[in-house]
Amino acid sequence: MPFYEAISLALQTIRAQKLKSFFSVIGVFIGVTFLIAAVSIVNGMNRYMTDKFAATIVGVNTFQLRQRPNINFNMTDSIWRSWRRRPRITFADADAVSRGVTVPVTLSWYSEDQGTVEYNGKIARGINLEGTSADYFDIKNLNITEGRPFSPQEAKAGIPVAVLGWELADKLFIGNDPIGKTIKIQGLPYTVIGVVEKQGTMLGMSLDKFVVAPATSPIQRDVNPPHVVDALMIQANTIPEMNAAMDQVEGIMRSRHHLRPTQDDNFALETSAAVLDWWSGISRLMFYFGPGIVMISLVVGGIVIMNIMLMAVAERTREIGVRKSLGAKRKDIMRQFLAEAITLSTVGAALGIATGIILSIVIQAFTPLAAQVAPWSVGVGVLLGSVVGVVFGTLPASRASRLDPIAALRQE
Amino acid sequence: MTHQEFVTGDTPLPDIVILTHKLAREYIMGTETVRALRGVSLQIRRNEYVAVMGPSGSGKSTFMNLIGCLDTPSAGEYWLNGQKVSDLGDDDLARIRNKEIGFVFQTFNLLPRADALHNVELPLVYAGMRAAERRKKASDALARVGLADRMHHRPNELSGGQRQRVAIARALVNSPSILLADEPTGNLDSATSNEIMGVFKELHRQGQTVVMVTHEPDIAANAERVVTLRDGLIHTDQKQAA
Repeated sequence: MPFYEAISLALQTIRAQKLKSFFSVIGVFIGVTFLIAAVSIVNGMNRYMTDKFAATIVGVNTFQLRQRPNINFNMTDSIWRSWRRRPRITFADADAVSRGVTVPVTLSWYSEDQGTVEYNGKIARGINLEGTSADYFDIKNLNITEGRPFSPQEAKAGIPVAVLGWELADKLFIGNDPIGKTIKIQGLPYTVIGVVEKQGTMLGMSLDKFVVAPATSPIQRDVNPPHVVDALMIQANTIPEMNAAMDQVEGIMRSRHHLRPTQDDNFALETSAAVLDWWSGISRLMFYFGPGIVMISLVVGGIVIMNIMLMAVAERTREIGVRKSLGAKRKDIMRQFLAEAITLSTVGAALGIATGIILSIVIQAFTPLAAQVAPWSVGVGVLLGSVVGVVFGTLPASRASRLDPIAALRQE
Repeated sequence: MTHQEFVTGDTPLPDIVILTHKLAREYIMGTETVRALRGVSLQIRRNEYVAVMGPSGSGKSTFMNLIGCLDTPSAGEYWLNGQKVSDLGDDDLARIRNKEIGFVFQTFNLLPRADALHNVELPLVYAGMRAAERRKKASDALARVGLADRMHHRPNELSGGQRQRVAIARALVNSPSILLADEPTGNLDSATSNEIMGVFKELHRQGQTVVMVTHEPDIAANAERVVTLRDGLIHTDQKQAA
């Protein structure tokens, strides 16, 4: 009997017993569904991280000069303590860097902390308080929809003016015009001069709950010790220029910190690559645990299929006897039952693929996670399905093929 | 008997379809050896219609299994259609069953989920025939037994007599050397039994060799020769007017 006939026979058998067949493939179904969904989340998040997240957190062609890396993964206490002992980045460092870098760049001071903003008795807690230079809005590509950003002069003079994130403005002013009003940041008054365009959410967190004020305005006391910044943001026009600027900044800072050639940098130059490193650490974790979960459910699914097939062989002993009496050879019977096991598990895998794809569309649409189906995972799903069928179908099929026709025919 | 005596080393005459020579079959049941067949020598010519009778325990079923190539003898020879089949392996026996033997069982043994046409096609599937050719031969065989209009009925949509006709069509579809029937009327009422016997008689008239195992003298009366087994040996072997 040719293999395709064995498969069409198997499909008939499955169609005749839909519910039983579904339950027998549920393990494979779950395994493959998980495979497709998990891979599409990792895949979608990869894209999201590369395309949007890194650019949003750090900025395009931008690096930050910091006391210690902002984004880190697998930190130990001792490293953390050694980072804490490093000198902070000061206003003087920032000035020296601005003067020293010859590559065309845009710079901004940047310090942040969480705090409270109030207006007219309404209090917003957990707001990101950011002290920056005027070019911050350009570097982060923040559009002002109402009012204006603060000017370099205001930034330099430390005028208490504030630009609000969209959600904060909405919460404090509820549709009223905030421009020109006086808000209190950590109890001190600032005049609202602008509102930033809505940024949306990232991984479920709002990107619109912030207030930006000049780094030298009174906000500096709320976010950092005197004359200290968290970071100096430096944006170049291209990646090569950014790398050149990083070399220059490293030189300037090493000399300012009086480091000998044998000593390591005691400051951090962080680019979006750091964000991606951090993410690839997490996604690597998924690649360690994901296959384990998939394997376990496939093995369980395979054992279920093996049991169902053993039962099928027992139930259909007489059929096997009849087929043998009509001239079926061992390999014909073997092929028939193997084809049935393979078809079962492949159908399970196909259902799993369909459900996995639907699941990832749902995840993409309704959760903060990004998900995008990876074509290779579909191929792997189909392959795993048929492999499970072969591995766990062999025992029942060989048992069927070895049945004695006389005994098989006698069975009721 | 008119047959010449067969000795080991001979080959059967060309018109001998079935030849058994001192055919024996023993089973080991625990510590006991059951000698189900103790040396049966029998020759059946082409186009003979033979009934094999005998009480239960006579070795009738064992004989039928050996003739049908479902079992291999412990000793002795079995020649089917000029080929010595008593020492063949499993796969060769499967091929012989497919090509040379058409089985008709007491319980019909049709596949319940397949329609009549597909049931009849089965031996051709295992013969490796292509689907279109197979379908044509199977529908011809069904037409021969008068079921041209029942091809797409499943066994449970057919009467007992119709089911046995499907089984006969299945047995004949590969043009076997012998039609081997095991109590073919055992599950049928007497009117239907007569109808099936009519089919057998017609097939015999067309030249088919028929071997039928039965314990009913009425049914055996349809055959032109009756062989009776007793205690694993041939008891009587008589020609009779059909």
